[in-house]
Amino acid sequence: MAAQFTARTEAGVQDVPRLAARGITVGYGDRTVIEELDVAVPPGVITTIIGPNGCGKSTLLRTLSRLLKPAGGSVVLDGEDIGRLRTRDVAKKLGLLPQAPVAPEGLTVADLVARGRHPHQSWLRQWSSDDADVVRRALAMTGVADLADRPVDSLSGGQRQRVWISMTLAQGTDLLLLDEPTTYLDLAHAIDVLDLVDDLHESGRTVVMVLHDLNLATRYSDNLVVMRAGAVLAQGHPRDVITAELLHEAFGLRAKVIDDPVGDRPLIVPIGRTHVRS
Amino acid sequence: MSGTEAKASMPPGVRLGQVSFVWRPWLVLVTLVLAAAAFLVFCLSIGVGDFPIGLSRVVATLFGRGEQVDEFVVMDLRMPRALAGLIVGIALGLSGAITQSVARNPLASPDILGITTGAGAVAVFLVTTTGGTAAAVAGSVGLSSAALLGGLGTGLLVYFLAWRRGVDGFRLILIGISVTAMMQAVTTWLLASADIRDVARAQVWLVGSLDNRTWDEVRVAFWCTLVLLVVVAAVAFPFKPMHLGDDVAAGLGVRFARVRAVLLLCAVLLAAVGVSAAGPVPFVALVAPQVAMRLVRWPTPPLIASGLVGALLLIGSDLIARAVLPIGLPVGVVTAVIGGPFLVYLLVRANLR
Repeated sequence: MAAQFTARTEAGVQDVPRLAARGITVGYGDRTVIEELDVAVPPGVITTIIGPNGCGKSTLLRTLSRLLKPAGGSVVLDGEDIGRLRTRDVAKKLGLLPQAPVAPEGLTVADLVARGRHPHQSWLRQWSSDDADVVRRALAMTGVADLADRPVDSLSGGQRQRVWISMTLAQGTDLLLLDEPTTYLDLAHAIDVLDLVDDLHESGRTVVMVLHDLNLATRYSDNLVVMRAGAVLAQGHPRDVITAELLHEAFGLRAKVIDDPVGDRPLIVPIGRTHVRS
Repeated sequence: MSGTEAKASMPPGVRLGQVSFVWRPWLVLVTLVLAAAAFLVFCLSIGVGDFPIGLSRVVATLFGRGEQVDEFVVMDLRMPRALAGLIVGIALGLSGAITQSVARNPLASPDILGITTGAGAVAVFLVTTTGGTAAAVAGSVGLSSAALLGGLGTGLLVYFLAWRRGVDGFRLILIGISVTAMMQAVTTWLLASADIRDVARAQVWLVGSLDNRTWDEVRVAFWCTLVLLVVVAAVAFPFKPMHLGDDVAAGLGVRFARVRAVLLLCAVLLAAVGVSAAGPVPFVALVAPQVAMRLVRWPTPPLIASGLVGALLLIGSDLIARAVLPIGLPVGVVTAVIGGPFLVYLLVRANLR
């Protein structure tokens, strides 16, 4: 049974997935967004979900993180049905950064990151010495330690996103789910945030994210999940997955896939209508 | 991104055995000063009247070491009024702090959400339709329970109308405003079609007043508020991450829908208790949490400090109405004069952003 849900990592090693969806059907009201979907998140790598607008990328991520309850099927976290786990226990294993979160005006960086310790605290134990250490490390790792006393709303978009990732890190989980971490960021800041995500992966964490930009997804992930209309169209290493045919099938996009001049991954060059040499 | 040990300033912690919390000196200091100020105004309120009693004599009497004459005036005549001010102020301030936090919007106070207006409409209904005689038999406790039910009913109505796969702060406010308008229309219609003597009775109550409070009413309000305070304190911990939004809170292990339902119910009940004891005193619940936030310099409404500012505001306004203004105006007039401009300030600030 386990073999069915294992995935092939880059090294070709068979590993038990940390997180997997088994035949999930998810919808809002009568509208079904995802139907009978299977997907597995291999440990220790960056998995990125891509697909056209409205294909159910975020819905899948939200279901994997237990924000949404599937109408059918189940999500399995470390071998257990996530729906049967306590919310707090899920929060100790899985860190989640939703799309475009907003902090209250005036909340400082240190206070926001400190909230990440919530799953480990209780009414009586609201701030232990462990908490201070973990928060300090999270701030340092994301490079925002110097901003600790600044209000979050006074920071630039890129810094702000680093702070939110820092909060998710302070949660102390080695499994991170990021919903479009580069939304509203310019390309330089998006690269900056994705480099940080790669640092997290290098330090042994498993990352699942949703990205809009196909070339960034190709560059930064080891495992791509390509979705269309609520189903997984293809899954695997970008080198194996990204082809002109797949892009046309998934996005209806005419594109040329070439070798990335600076990397060892494919590069997507979209073919539009204007300024194209025939 | 350097690996050097960061010199980030962490909030300092306090540990007492198993108990630990973040030490915030400014928050504690301001809260203590507010508590002291509330007690001072409370004593002043008892001292002021046709038979003035000095502050030291009031305090002595409160601690059971006063003269017999003072004891009668303080404990039997003036205490209910001052206590009602204290309890209602705390209830309204805390209620506002909760609704503003849950909706993540400074405009979401029980006044705006229709709770106070709904309580008023039901109370007026009781006064006008049952006629003066029946209402007199039911007594003011009957009026209070009607207001309590009205506030609770309106609160639930707004909550369920605003419910659509979760509660959105902005939708809550918009629905609250329309329900408020409806309740106001009901009140106006009841007053227009009622007997003139009943209208006079209802009008006095509708402005919000601490006049003629009895020990019975104060006792009911006290116990209700105390129970609600305990419940709010119990859910205050899971409430902490909810200022960051539903999704983030869920990611941090909070069952936000449940916590929010409990808190909103507490807020509605607190507001309804306040209104049932003193009438729909306007703006206290809106202003108190915002003032407390600015005093404590905290990004979200602090619960305890908001309650204390509410008490300070209500007793202080009552004191101004009785001691400074020439004619004995009900306290609601003074809070409206303070609160109206503050609401305008909040609206202007919200528009500037």
